[in-house]
Amino acid sequence: MSTKISFTFDKKKYFGIKGETLASALLRNGIFLVGRSFKYHRPRGIISAGSEEPNAIVQLESGNITEPNVRATEIEIYDGLSATSQNNWPSLNFDLGSINDLFSRFIPAGFYYKTFIWPPKFWEFYEYFIRRAAGLGKSPTTDDPDKYEHLHYHCDILIIGGGISGMYAAKLAAKSNLKTLLLEQNSELGGYDLSNTDSVRTRKLSEELEESNKFKNLKIVKNTSVFAYFHANYLLASQKINKKNLRQVIWKIRAKKVVLATGSIERFLTFHNNDKPGIMLANSARKYLNKYSNKISKEIVIFTNNDSAYKSAIDFHKKGVDVKCIIDLRKQSNGDLVKEAKDLGLKIFFGHVIINTEGKKRINKVIVSEVDEKIENLLGNPKKISCDLLCVSGGWTPTVHLFSQSRGKLIYRESDATFIPDKSFQKEVSIGACNGTFLLKEIFEETFNKMNKIFNEFGIKIEEKFEEITKITFQDKMQHAWIIPSNKNFKKTKMFIDFQNDVTAKDIKLALKEGYRSIEHIKRYTTTGMATDQGKISNVNALGIISNLSNTPIHELGTTTFRLPYTPVTFGAIAGRHIKEFFDVERTTPMHQWHIKNQAKFEDVGQWKRAWYYPKEGENMHQAVNREVKATRDGIGILDASTLGKIDIKGRDSSEFLNRVYTNAWSKLQIGKCRYGLMLGDDGMVIDDGVTSRIRENHYIMTTTTGGAASVMSKLEDWLQTEWPELKVRLTSVTEQFATISLNGPYAINLMKKLCPDQNFSRENFPHMSFKIIKISGIICRVMRISFTGEKCYEINIPSSYAQALWEKCFELGKEFNITPYGTEAMHVLRAEKGFIIVGQETDGSVTPIDLDMSWIVSKKKYDFIGKRALYRSDTIKKDRKQLVGLLTNNPKEILEEGSQIVENISNLPMEMVGHVTSSYYSPNLDRSIALALIKEGIEKKGKKIYIPMPNKTIEATISDPVFVDPLNERLNT
Amino acid sequence: MFLINCPYCGEREQSEFSCGGEAHISRPKNPPDTSDDQWADYLFMRKNIKGVQFERWNHSSGCRQWFNVVRNTSTDEILGIYNMGEAIPEIDGENPKTPSGEPEIGSGNISTSFKKK
Repeated sequence: MSTKISFTFDKKKYFGIKGETLASALLRNGIFLVGRSFKYHRPRGIISAGSEEPNAIVQLESGNITEPNVRATEIEIYDGLSATSQNNWPSLNFDLGSINDLFSRFIPAGFYYKTFIWPPKFWEFYEYFIRRAAGLGKSPTTDDPDKYEHLHYHCDILIIGGGISGMYAAKLAAKSNLKTLLLEQNSELGGYDLSNTDSVRTRKLSEELEESNKFKNLKIVKNTSVFAYFHANYLLASQKINKKNLRQVIWKIRAKKVVLATGSIERFLTFHNNDKPGIMLANSARKYLNKYSNKISKEIVIFTNNDSAYKSAIDFHKKGVDVKCIIDLRKQSNGDLVKEAKDLGLKIFFGHVIINTEGKKRINKVIVSEVDEKIENLLGNPKKISCDLLCVSGGWTPTVHLFSQSRGKLIYRESDATFIPDKSFQKEVSIGACNGTFLLKEIFEETFNKMNKIFNEFGIKIEEKFEEITKITFQDKMQHAWIIPSNKNFKKTKMFIDFQNDVTAKDIKLALKEGYRSIEHIKRYTTTGMATDQGKISNVNALGIISNLSNTPIHELGTTTFRLPYTPVTFGAIAGRHIKEFFDVERTTPMHQWHIKNQAKFEDVGQWKRAWYYPKEGENMHQAVNREVKATRDGIGILDASTLGKIDIKGRDSSEFLNRVYTNAWSKLQIGKCRYGLMLGDDGMVIDDGVTSRIRENHYIMTTTTGGAASVMSKLEDWLQTEWPELKVRLTSVTEQFATISLNGPYAINLMKKLCPDQNFSRENFPHMSFKIIKISGIICRVMRISFTGEKCYEINIPSSYAQALWEKCFELGKEFNITPYGTEAMHVLRAEKGFIIVGQETDGSVTPIDLDMSWIVSKKKYDFIGKRALYRSDTIKKDRKQLVGLLTNNPKEILEEGSQIVENISNLPMEMVGHVTSSYYSPNLDRSIALALIKEGIEKKGKKIYIPMPNKTIEATISDPVFVDPLNERLNT
Repeated sequence: MFLINCPYCGEREQSEFSCGGEAHISRPKNPPDTSDDQWADYLFMRKNIKGVQFERWNHSSGCRQWFNVVRNTSTDEILGIYNMGEAIPEIDGENPKTPSGEPEIGSGNISTSFKKK
């Protein structure tokens, strides 16, 4: 027996029956009015029984799990479900916004574009009210507590749609032993046939497929809607699980062959007042009746242009509902269903149409009139017929969305006014109704033949005999009429095409009148087909009307582009697990835990988390950085430089390779020495810098900037593999294999002596720019004497797993020298005091070494290196290039903003910009501000006054040398 | 999101690869003897074909190897894959002939005329 289930709609409690959809349960409770329309706030009711539903979209649940725009026709009710209607204020039954309906002749297509575009400033004012008036659901404002997963799946055959054709295809595929996946968007297999009372064949098929373990190579997943079809048979589907902790799963599927069995959607008809609650698609009403035993109505009128709606009339009649009449706009029909209806004594008005409907929140009357053969002029006197349900059928539209997304080409079939698949672009076939094949007999034949062709391609033969279907229900031709004539002035009619966006036939006429011709433009101007349902029940109607009014055949208009997603997908599902800490990769150094323990503030450098500064209690950033900078120049500063890129270079031609990629010469670098190198692009612009050390004859270790590590590696590989395959060189990234501890300051040498008592650190034995392999605490380390601070510095590269131990040991032994950890901010200040550049800060891809006043590093002797030729192109040698200089503000307390524009003349407007500030800091060692800048012909202008205009003042500064501290490098060499 | 058949690793997702632009542009062997125009030509000028294009691709999140790919840029069909240094292969087929360069099928630009079935 059916189980009762309680749920609430707009805070009122109702009962439904287990297994039915929310829409069915609402109808069972006599609720037809479920929402207000987008623009005019007209009352709207449930119109369909599937994913095509434009009206019955509700806000599901509340608080952090609330979900907007859920189709009531798709969600199965569960105990305690709570849904609310959307887009109404103050309530569904009394909506103030419906006043828009009275003024609808003033809100035509493009109304918002035309009215609120001018004056531009006022938009800010309008926007609030428009957005408030025209919203659909509301998104949750707090974190979603549930999880969403992504799942990858590979298969031989993917079958989309578990209707008759899909199920039959799956049965055949199962016998072929190919790995097959069948996806069905509803909670059970059967598709269209579930609406039938006599669907024995379908039941048998689905039972056979569902029998567990019968077919090991066939996987059936329900409640899963394929919403995107990309290149190379890559498809996305969203599975609704709705369990605590796991709400939805996105399937990422790669299939060797795709079988589209997506069925078809019933089409609506366009007549005056066709949007009242209680007007429904004929087959949807039948589905509620047969599948959910839900009679919905007491008095039905049917309005159709084809035979299929007669099935609804027959079924409702048999279940004891009063079918008042069938209004058929055709002159006649000899279909089997029509004969059956006649035999049952149902009243049929051929050559009649519905020209109007009455009823406020639910339909109560239809106005019927006779019509001429072309469905253009009304004949005779209209008559009123009372009813509480109007079932409409305008024919069937094959669901070609996915086929079209796969870039296949459609063709127009005149006989039933449908676009059907013509040429495939990908490895895919369409079968059944989505291919325009509607007759059961033909569906089975087509599926059998096409599946066997696929098996052939895989080189497989299956033993399956085809069962011929002998019983054929003959259906007579449909007749399409895009606009049903009305006895009202067309300008005053409300013939809705797009229900969700409130687009009417006269809006489309207006767009044509205003000169729009392309279907894509009309769509955007009128917004037809642009709502969350993407016009599933009405896009062809819009095309038909445009074709009618513009006297252009439909096949010449084409269709608008079918875009993903086929049905809306929640952001939560798209994000999956890639949220919060999993949003992006976070790279940390081996000493990261120490930094955290010591209250470091962190800075993101690419994916790296780098210690920015280490505030002591009560210190702000400024104070902490100043303390760190001073301690480094007075005692020892220790920096975690592990993030620098490290590339191990080995091979016979390593020196030659370095000669080619760096601007300076490398062949004569002695083993155990280091050299600074600038790397250029072949356009002559600086792309990276760093120190490279020669470990052995054919073995170097290169350091790159933190941010450039990956791109430098890939560029070097590029040169090696594609331009210089003759060079014997091998590159290996060892960035994460070694951690780097940088000890800086006048007492760094004292700490080194304590760390390695056996080593000789004298100037002669271990001078600046040299390299040694030293055992520290038994661990083999690579130590470089280089400097990015201007202080004596030892950079210890130690295998990562030992790094934190050595780091801590440095603090233990360095205590007497006031060893102080410093972060990236102090590092920047220290290097700026010395005028050292940072690639990416002083350079931006448009700066040459000459611009940086670093011609000393550019070899004149080498015949060629990457970037050399470009250094004397007309552009790179022109006189007024921007050059790197220092800046000293006249007021030493004034710190410039990085990126500020620099001018020489403030009296002439507009001011000519001659450069910009690249770096700017407060230098605690000089007790004043310092800055680096790129200024046109700056090197010649040292000593000249320039201006930095800011929003509320103009700052004066003097161009200086970029080296502010120790220009003679005495601190390094004493 | 097409698949690329890496000659070293086999078929993999496009996201594992990066495109290095037009193939068969070799760096001049005698840079000092080139004119500004010749050097600019090598540096900046690329064909950017809508249709069949010869490109360099790198399996950057895989084996890091470079190789050449023949791709129809308007349909993303891959027509050939060959190693660096190999001669340009002959590819059957023609570039799309329609005025705006759309192939008859697969470009995503919906054709405005339809044949009757």
